[in-house]
Amino acid sequence: MFEYAPAPESRDIVDIRPSYGLFINGEWVEPQGEGRHKTVNPATEEVLAEVAWAGEADVDRAVQAAAKAFPVWSAMPGAERAKYLFRIARIIQERARELAVLETLDNGKPIRESRDVDLPLVAAHFFYYAGWADKLAYAGFGPDPRPLGVAGQVIPWNFPLLMLAWKIAPALACGNTVVLKPAETTPLTALAFADICRQADLPAGVVNIVTGAGETGAALVNHPGVDKVAFTGSTEVGRLIAGSLAGTRKKLTLELGGKAANIVFEDAPLDQAVEGIVNGIFFNQGHVCCAGSRLLVQESIAADLLEALKRRLGTLRLGDPLDKNTDIGAINSAEQLARIRELSEAGEAEGAERWSPACPIPERGYWFPPTVFTGVAQSHRIAREEIFGPVLSVLTFRTPAEAVEKANNTPYGLSAGVWTEKGSRMLWMASRLRAGVVWSNTFNRFDPASPFGGYKESGYGREGGRHGLEAYLAV
Amino acid sequence: MSERTERLSVRKTYKLFIGGAFPRSESGRSYVVTSSKGDFLANAARASRKDARDAVSAARKAFSGWSGATAYNRGQILYRIAEMLEGRRTQFASEVADADGVSAKKAGELVDAAVDRLVWYAGWSDKIGAVLGSANPVAGPYFNLSSPEPTGVVAVVAPPAGPLLGLVSVIAPVIVTGNTCVVVASERAPLPAITLAEVLATSDLPGGVVNILTGSAAEIAPWLAGHMDVNGIDLTGADPELAVTCEELAAENLKRVLRPPADRVDWLADPGIGRMTAFLETKTVWHPIGI
Repeated sequence: MFEYAPAPESRDIVDIRPSYGLFINGEWVEPQGEGRHKTVNPATEEVLAEVAWAGEADVDRAVQAAAKAFPVWSAMPGAERAKYLFRIARIIQERARELAVLETLDNGKPIRESRDVDLPLVAAHFFYYAGWADKLAYAGFGPDPRPLGVAGQVIPWNFPLLMLAWKIAPALACGNTVVLKPAETTPLTALAFADICRQADLPAGVVNIVTGAGETGAALVNHPGVDKVAFTGSTEVGRLIAGSLAGTRKKLTLELGGKAANIVFEDAPLDQAVEGIVNGIFFNQGHVCCAGSRLLVQESIAADLLEALKRRLGTLRLGDPLDKNTDIGAINSAEQLARIRELSEAGEAEGAERWSPACPIPERGYWFPPTVFTGVAQSHRIAREEIFGPVLSVLTFRTPAEAVEKANNTPYGLSAGVWTEKGSRMLWMASRLRAGVVWSNTFNRFDPASPFGGYKESGYGREGGRHGLEAYLAV
Repeated sequence: MSERTERLSVRKTYKLFIGGAFPRSESGRSYVVTSSKGDFLANAARASRKDARDAVSAARKAFSGWSGATAYNRGQILYRIAEMLEGRRTQFASEVADADGVSAKKAGELVDAAVDRLVWYAGWSDKIGAVLGSANPVAGPYFNLSSPEPTGVVAVVAPPAGPLLGLVSVIAPVIVTGNTCVVVASERAPLPAITLAEVLATSDLPGGVVNILTGSAAEIAPWLAGHMDVNGIDLTGADPELAVTCEELAAENLKRVLRPPADRVDWLADPGIGRMTAFLETKTVWHPIGI
């Protein structure tokens, strides 16, 4: 392994305020309650800023602002809405470096990922949906598809700004106004986005950002003035939201958990497959709902593949997320770290064999080394439950039918991977995998033009592409 | 020798339709079905929780074969159902007239509309994928294709009114795309549903693709809504209270829910494609392009 000198990205480019209010009706406002919350850098446990904890009254104010902005925004010609979205996309590009550093500070993900994956996709998403705003009549939802009204959107901490883009861009393109709640551990890029809306001269109330935790989210999705709810997060919370919306006319889309199978056949290109497995589960510290957390490898090549995989994992660099050489950043929070530890201990206790490369762990911050479990049975918790961390469970199979059986043996159905050089087998597998995204001879690819979303308990509705418009139109 | 009297007719026993067979309710229960005027028509089976569970396993068993059949084949079978229905036009018209209290002429029109509806959906089988699918121009060297796939096993609470046309209008869009279903027929007017089952059973439709239960929707629908092996539920025929109960239960495994319509449905109107899209998933397949 080569020695690398530290190459940290400078954090001087970001200007974090000590304290943030709520962004409602185009203004920064103080919350009505006293609640405040400190957001920390998970790599150092340093407090970055204090953010407001929005209560019911604050949420109500935000929803009213959005409702007031709706008639103007929805009546605006699509071409004009498009220009606002193009403006936002451009400002994101202009401020990409600052936003990438801010994302890495607040989230703990490597700067290489926030700079090369998150931010380009965020800008691309706004560009993509900007283009739809004046072409909705051609999208296949009738000659004059109408927006829904106020969208209440709740997003997770794993891709804070990207999830914001996935929610806000299509909502605005279709003519809705939004109230968005970022995750409590990663509010800073959403708050920076509020400033971008101001720079773009977006009409007041079209985008409102309220910070807080679960209670704020519940107040938002249950607010009677909300016409549409979009949630990305855990299946557990998704169930609660689906239940609480029963009997309302609110439209709901959910993007929830996953336990994706990454299936490697004996004829797969081994080195490419190893890169795909690593990208599948160690990208973003495994904090990815569509992560390839179950490796299904054909028995005949299991030993060779595991050897190559372990060799590759030995070269991953864990540490300072701002260092441009870092592959594995920090776990986002102490709570998440505790959950990963608990499930990993359950994996050992249930009889699977645990392995991690030699990997120095920084003294401060939340860290978990890349971990591989072999000898995993389908009944083990680490094969059934979403870990949402850098932990890979390895299972084997003999026939394609067995691979399909095992891959589909989960209540989730978000994504799957297939590695084989045989086209007919790839398509045979792809047609039988009950998952919303199938990556073949690749993994964890995202694009604004490509619909993303799950089958079964991974949720419903699609984000991205023409399909993503449906969630924000009265169809 | 006595005088020859008018022949006594042989009545039909109305049973359930599960897995292609016609069992009685395992509970042994039945209930009286009357015409719109209040005259006795038949004793229909009153399905139980166990019948609902049996119907779900029959639907699950049929899913891989039916969803794996070619779209062309599914379309042919839906068309065949229309043919069989047309052949029994008189029988259905009489049952619909009894159930709905409409004139014989109107009943005939409703049967015709049901036949036409099946033909319309039959034609969608190999077109819906082209309309809803897309080749996505992603920013990289990848082949990227999205196509619709059936959701799985769908529970259907059929509308109380429109015992034939309403029923056909909720079943056809669910199965034409490859789903299998468990239908709770109109409680008040279940007889055309069971006669429709006889049509389905003779149309080359694999057993289990459509399962029909008669009885109390308020009793059976919550079992289906809470069943962990049901993937979606159409609440068109549920009253507001039942719909809320079912939607809450459906949240447990994130079933796709089609809520009851806000306004009264005109079953003779153009149905649009919304009933098909409600129970379709989008699958997106990526593959690198290279040499």
